[in-house]
Amino acid sequence: MHRTSWKQLSLGGTVLVLVIILPLVVASPFGQHVMILTFMFAMCGVAWTLMGGYAGMFSFGQAAFFGIGAYTSSFLLLTFHVSPWIGLVAGGIIASLLAAAIGYPCSNLRGHYFAIASIAFAEIIHIIFNNWKMVGAAEGLTIPMLKESLANFMFHSSKLPYYYIILAFLLLAVTVCYWVSTSKMGYYFRAIKESHEIAQVLGVDVVRYRLYAIMLSAFLTSMAGTFYAQYILYIDPESVMILAVSVQIVLVAMLGGANTVLGPVVGAAILVPFSEYARAWLGYKGTGFDMIIYGALITVISMYQPNGVWGAITELVRREK
Amino acid sequence: MNAPLLLDVQRVSKYFGGLRANDNISFQVSRGEILSIIGPNGAGKSTLFNCITGFHRLDKGRVLFKGLDITNRKPHVIAKLGAVRTFQIAQVISDMTVLENVMTGGFLRHVRVKDVRLNAEEVLAFTGLMAKRNYNAQALSVSDKKRLEVSMALAMEPELLMLDESMAGLTPVELKEMIELIRKVRGKGITIVVVEHVMEAVMELSDRVIVLNYGRKILEGSPKEVVADREVIRAYLGDRYDAVGQ
Repeated sequence: MHRTSWKQLSLGGTVLVLVIILPLVVASPFGQHVMILTFMFAMCGVAWTLMGGYAGMFSFGQAAFFGIGAYTSSFLLLTFHVSPWIGLVAGGIIASLLAAAIGYPCSNLRGHYFAIASIAFAEIIHIIFNNWKMVGAAEGLTIPMLKESLANFMFHSSKLPYYYIILAFLLLAVTVCYWVSTSKMGYYFRAIKESHEIAQVLGVDVVRYRLYAIMLSAFLTSMAGTFYAQYILYIDPESVMILAVSVQIVLVAMLGGANTVLGPVVGAAILVPFSEYARAWLGYKGTGFDMIIYGALITVISMYQPNGVWGAITELVRREK
Repeated sequence: MNAPLLLDVQRVSKYFGGLRANDNISFQVSRGEILSIIGPNGAGKSTLFNCITGFHRLDKGRVLFKGLDITNRKPHVIAKLGAVRTFQIAQVISDMTVLENVMTGGFLRHVRVKDVRLNAEEVLAFTGLMAKRNYNAQALSVSDKKRLEVSMALAMEPELLMLDESMAGLTPVELKEMIELIRKVRGKGITIVVVEHVMEAVMELSDRVIVLNYGRKILEGSPKEVVADREVIRAYLGDRYDAVGQ
């Protein structure tokens, strides 16, 4: 049952107002940077949930879609002076088409086997970009400086516009995910996750609906990639296409609660600030101590809350009633 | 058989390596009837279901449904045409509620979520699971799971319902209720084919029975004819019992 009550709506509205005001209160550039990264990974986690949480396709290769989003808009801007906003859509389309092309032959792969295939796929893309001269190979691409404007998707004087853009992207991802989860597609995804046989008996075209899940997920993840490129203004395969990015996305979704729309948002809100602040405080010592603490947090959550933090919260609320 | 033909299985064969799981099997089902398929374990009953509903590719033969050739069509296409099946071990979506499970079936015929929910609630009222509509499907007893599976199939508004051992493992009371439910389903004008081991149910329900043994059809007839047949007794109980029985 997915009926939204007024209580939930007003709670959501309050949270929204808070996150709109938040960067005005937290004025430090680093604080704002952490929040921007949090929203970006939250968006990727929500996109992952569509295929991993709902349709049961555990992708460890999301970095490929993220990277393609970053590279498509940057390449088009550098070479043809195409607006990053058009690049954003182009990247999404290319990522979706690639997702379909690789997803179709993997139609029968489930569970671990799908996960392995997704790692292999992302590593192949990674290696191709590392050696592809036209897109800068291992040197990567530097996004040319343009005048600060929304049309140019570029801002120099403040991080705030980036903050509100990625917040809007995250809201879009959450809305898409919520809409899918309450519609026919969401029900069919969950049937596919249970088993292909039962989905087929229920009249679900399993191959087609799996492709829908992968393509939607790829499109949204690619959007986050374009955002990253426009925000950092420099990309190379080692920053946008590595396995660590894919793993971070999976962690955000799984530890937050992968079967829900908002779980990945909660997951990102815990993991990303934790990892960024641990790095800022301890990382410079070069002892790797920040990574140990981060690893310990992940271990603790997965040991005590296998359903994710969001699962624990909803369980608490249910008990209160 | 005056009623129009719904399902026409023509010389179907399915081999697994050297094993002839289904060997040249033909039978027909008319609209509105209840046909039972019986036979000892390994006789090829479930394989036959899989062949008809697109889960196995046939090696030989054809399957016609409503006059359409559905041989080797994909399962979801066959479901959409109106032939829906259940499994020997009840298959439900475990992290959904009972209502959501039935709704998932209903999306085959309705687009709007509201219509799907109304339709699902009607089905649950019909099958007697309405009180448990918000239960988690995983929490149901074996008999309720089987009832849920039938509900999911009914939400798909089938013309042909194929039940694979819906009675297995039920208590006598549950068995009676299930027989009652299947009668009610037929009352809606839905044609039913069951694979069944529970002879009590077969005798009570069936208009016609076909018997499989070692992948071949050895007999077709009324329930009374079938239980009186010597070859059937031999298939189930072996030659010695037959000799003593004489």
